[in-house]
Amino acid sequence: MQSQTYNYKVVRQFAIMTVVWGIVGMLVGVIAAAQLVWPELNVAEWLHFGRLRPLHTNAVIFAFGGCALFATSYYCVQRTCHTPLFAPGLAAFTFWGWQLVILLAAITLPLGYTSGKEYAELEWPIDILITLVWVSYALVFFGTVATRKTTHIYVANWFYGAFILTVALLHLVNSAEVPVSLTKSYSAYAGVQDAMIQWWYGHNAVGFFLTAGFLGMMYYFVPKQAGRPVYSYRLSVVHFWALIFTYMWAGPHHLHYTALPDWTQSIGMVFSLILLAPSWGGMINGIMTLSGAWHKLRTDPILKFLITSLSFYGMSTFEGPMMSIKTVNALSHYTDWTVGHVHSGALGWVAMVSIGAMYYLIPRMYGKTEMYSTKLITTHFWIATIGIVLYIASMWISGVMQGLMWRATNPDGTLTYSFVESVKASYPFWTIRVVGGLLFLLGMVIMFYNMVKTIAGQKAYDAPVLAPAGAHA
Amino acid sequence: MADFVSGFWNAYVMVLVFLSIGFCVFVLVSNMTKRTSGPVGLHDHIWDETLQEYNNPLPRWWMYMFWITIVFAITYLAMYPGFGNNQGKLGWSAAGQWEAEQKAAAEKYGPIFAKYGAMDLNAVAADKEANAMGQRLFLTYCAQCHGADAKGAKGFPNLTDADWLYGGEPETIKTTVLGGRQGMMPPFGPALGAEGTKDVANFVRSLSGLAHDSLRAQRGKELFGQNCAACHGPEGKGMAAVGAPNLTDKTWLYGSSEATIIETVTNGRVNQMPAFKEFLGEDKVHLLAGYVLSLSKSSTPAEGKQ
Repeated sequence: MQSQTYNYKVVRQFAIMTVVWGIVGMLVGVIAAAQLVWPELNVAEWLHFGRLRPLHTNAVIFAFGGCALFATSYYCVQRTCHTPLFAPGLAAFTFWGWQLVILLAAITLPLGYTSGKEYAELEWPIDILITLVWVSYALVFFGTVATRKTTHIYVANWFYGAFILTVALLHLVNSAEVPVSLTKSYSAYAGVQDAMIQWWYGHNAVGFFLTAGFLGMMYYFVPKQAGRPVYSYRLSVVHFWALIFTYMWAGPHHLHYTALPDWTQSIGMVFSLILLAPSWGGMINGIMTLSGAWHKLRTDPILKFLITSLSFYGMSTFEGPMMSIKTVNALSHYTDWTVGHVHSGALGWVAMVSIGAMYYLIPRMYGKTEMYSTKLITTHFWIATIGIVLYIASMWISGVMQGLMWRATNPDGTLTYSFVESVKASYPFWTIRVVGGLLFLLGMVIMFYNMVKTIAGQKAYDAPVLAPAGAHA
Repeated sequence: MADFVSGFWNAYVMVLVFLSIGFCVFVLVSNMTKRTSGPVGLHDHIWDETLQEYNNPLPRWWMYMFWITIVFAITYLAMYPGFGNNQGKLGWSAAGQWEAEQKAAAEKYGPIFAKYGAMDLNAVAADKEANAMGQRLFLTYCAQCHGADAKGAKGFPNLTDADWLYGGEPETIKTTVLGGRQGMMPPFGPALGAEGTKDVANFVRSLSGLAHDSLRAQRGKELFGQNCAACHGPEGKGMAAVGAPNLTDKTWLYGSSEATIIETVTNGRVNQMPAFKEFLGEDKVHLLAGYVLSLSKSSTPAEGKQ
C-alpha cells in the first residue's frame, strides 16, 4: 500500500480563515456595541446598527464558528477514521463555496438586502449556495465515515454528523421562501407559524450548530490535549441521544407570552428544562476527562481554553433552561440578559473551545506540535476571560435592571419609569460591554500574530495516514 | 380547544411528546448500571493513536437531576395546556391570566382614576396630584412623539405653547386624545406649478413677517385666495374645525424656511395622532387631557390665538 497522507490542505485553509473571520466578526460586534453607547457612530446607512448587527451575528456564527467546525470536523473525521477525506474535490468546493457565502453576506447585509429572519437573513440566491455547500459537506463527511478503517465510529463524529444533518434540515425548512426578484424574497410561512418556524430554526441553530458541532470538537480536542481517555462512553451515549431528541422542541421558549398557542409554549418550556441534564452530560464528560491530569491545567494554556469553555458551556446551559421558565422569562425577555446569555455561550463556550482547538491544530498543519509562543496563548487566555466576564456581568446587571424598571409601577398603577429612562440607566453597562468586547477582540489579534509567526517560513505539512491500532488487550 | 383544525393534530402532538419524553426515560433506564468497586473499564477501541474511552457509570447526582426534570415535565403537562388538546388540571390559559390581571388592576386602580374622571377638566389641570399621575401617563404613552418635555418635534405639535391646531378648549383636548386626529393637507404642486408654489410660499412667509420676495408674495396672495383660503381662511388665520394651522403666527409644525413651505405646499402633509379611548379608557384620558391643559396654562398664551 502506497503511503497516503491526510487531506490537511482544506483543514489548513479553514483553520486560518477561522482566525481571520473571528477578528472581522468580533470587530463588527465591537463597532455595533459602540454604536449603542455613541449613536453618532451610525455614520451612514450601510454602517447603521440595524445592518451591522446581522453582519456581526452572521460573521461570528457562520464565518468564524462555521470555519472552525469545518476545519476541526475535517481534521477529526480523517484521523479517527484513519482514512483521507472522501471526495477531496468536493471538500475544496466547500471551502471556496463557504468563503463566497461569507463574502456575499459581507456585501449584501450592509447594502440592506435581507430576508428579515434572525440568523437566516441572507437572501435566496445565497441560500441556494449554502445548500450546495452543505450537501457537499455532508457527502465529504459521511463519505469519510463510510470508508473508515475502524470498526466503531468515534463519539466526536456522532456529534459532527448530527450537526451536519440537522443544520441541513433547519436551513431547508426555514429558508423556504418565494423570490420576487434576485434580491428579495418573502417567507413561505405567515404570522405565528412563521415566527414558530423561525425560532424552531433559531434555537436549533444554537442547539446543533453552536452546541452539537462544538461538542464534537470538544470530544476530539479535550482528550487529545489532556492525553487522557474520555471519562464515560455510557454518558456520551445517553447525553448524545437525549440532547438531539430534546433540542428539537425548545424553540417555542423564544415566543413566551405571544400569539403562539399556550400548548406550544408549555412544550417548549418543559423540553428546555429536560435539556439541562443532557447538556451537562457533555460538560461532565469533558471536564472529568481531565481527572488524573488536573495539574496540566496549570501549565497548558490550550487546556485552560478548553476547560474554561466547558465551564461556560455548563453555565449557559443552566441559565438557558432557567430563562425558559415562563415566570423568569417574563423578566428576562427583551432585555440585555438575553444578550448576555447568548454571549456567555458564544464567547465563553463556542469561541473558547474553537480557539483552544485552533491552537492545537494550526502548528500541526505545518509539521509542528506547538505554536510560536505558548506565553502569548496564556496572555490571550487571560485577556479573553476578563473580556467575557466584563461582557456577561454587565449584561446581567443591565438586563435584570431593565426587566425590573419596565415592570415597576407606582401606587396608582402607572409605570414608574418611562422606556427612555431604562435606556439612560443602561449606558454605563453598555460602555463596560464595549470594553469587554474590545478585550476579547484584542485576544484574537494576539492569536493572529501568534499564528503568523508559527506559519512564517514553515512548509505546509500533510501527515501520513495511520493504520488503526489493534484491539487493546 | 380551537388550536387544532382536526383531531389528527391533537393525536400527533400527544404521540410525539409522549415518545420524546419516553425516549429520554428509555436511554436513562437502559444505561443505569451499578457502581462497582473495581477499576473502571477502558473500552478496547483506540482511534488516532491515543483516543480511548472509559466506561464510568452515569454520575448519580446527574441522573437524579435528569429524573427531576422529567417528572417536572410530566407534572407540568398535566397541570397546564401542552399535551395536545388537554387544557391541564389548573385550567390556566395565557388569555385567562391576562384578563384576570386586567380585572385585578381595574379593581385596584380604577377608583383612583375614576375620582379624577368625575372632576371638571380645569380642576384636574389645577390638581397637583392629578398632574403627577397625568405626567406619568404622558411619559409612558405620549413622550415618544411629543417628547418628555411635551415640546414636540418636527411633525409633532408642541403642547406647551398654548397654540392649538384643533382648539385648546379642555373638552377639545380630551376629544383629540380620545379619538385621535387625522391631519391632511392636500398636495398643490400639480395645481400651482413650481413658480406658483414659490409665490404662495413667499406670501405665506409674509403673513408672519418673515423675509420674503414682495413681488412673489403679491402674486402668491391671489393664488392663496384661490387655493388655500378654503381651509386656512382668507387671512391665513387657520380653521381649528379641520385642523388647518394659523399661518400668521410664529408656530410651525414642519418648519418655516422657504424650502420647507414649498415642500409642504407641493406634496401636502399627512399626519396622525392615534386614538387612546379603547387603549387607556376614558378616565386615564381625562387625566392626560388635564395634564396637557396644565402644560399650556403654565405658559403665556401668544397674542391673536383663537
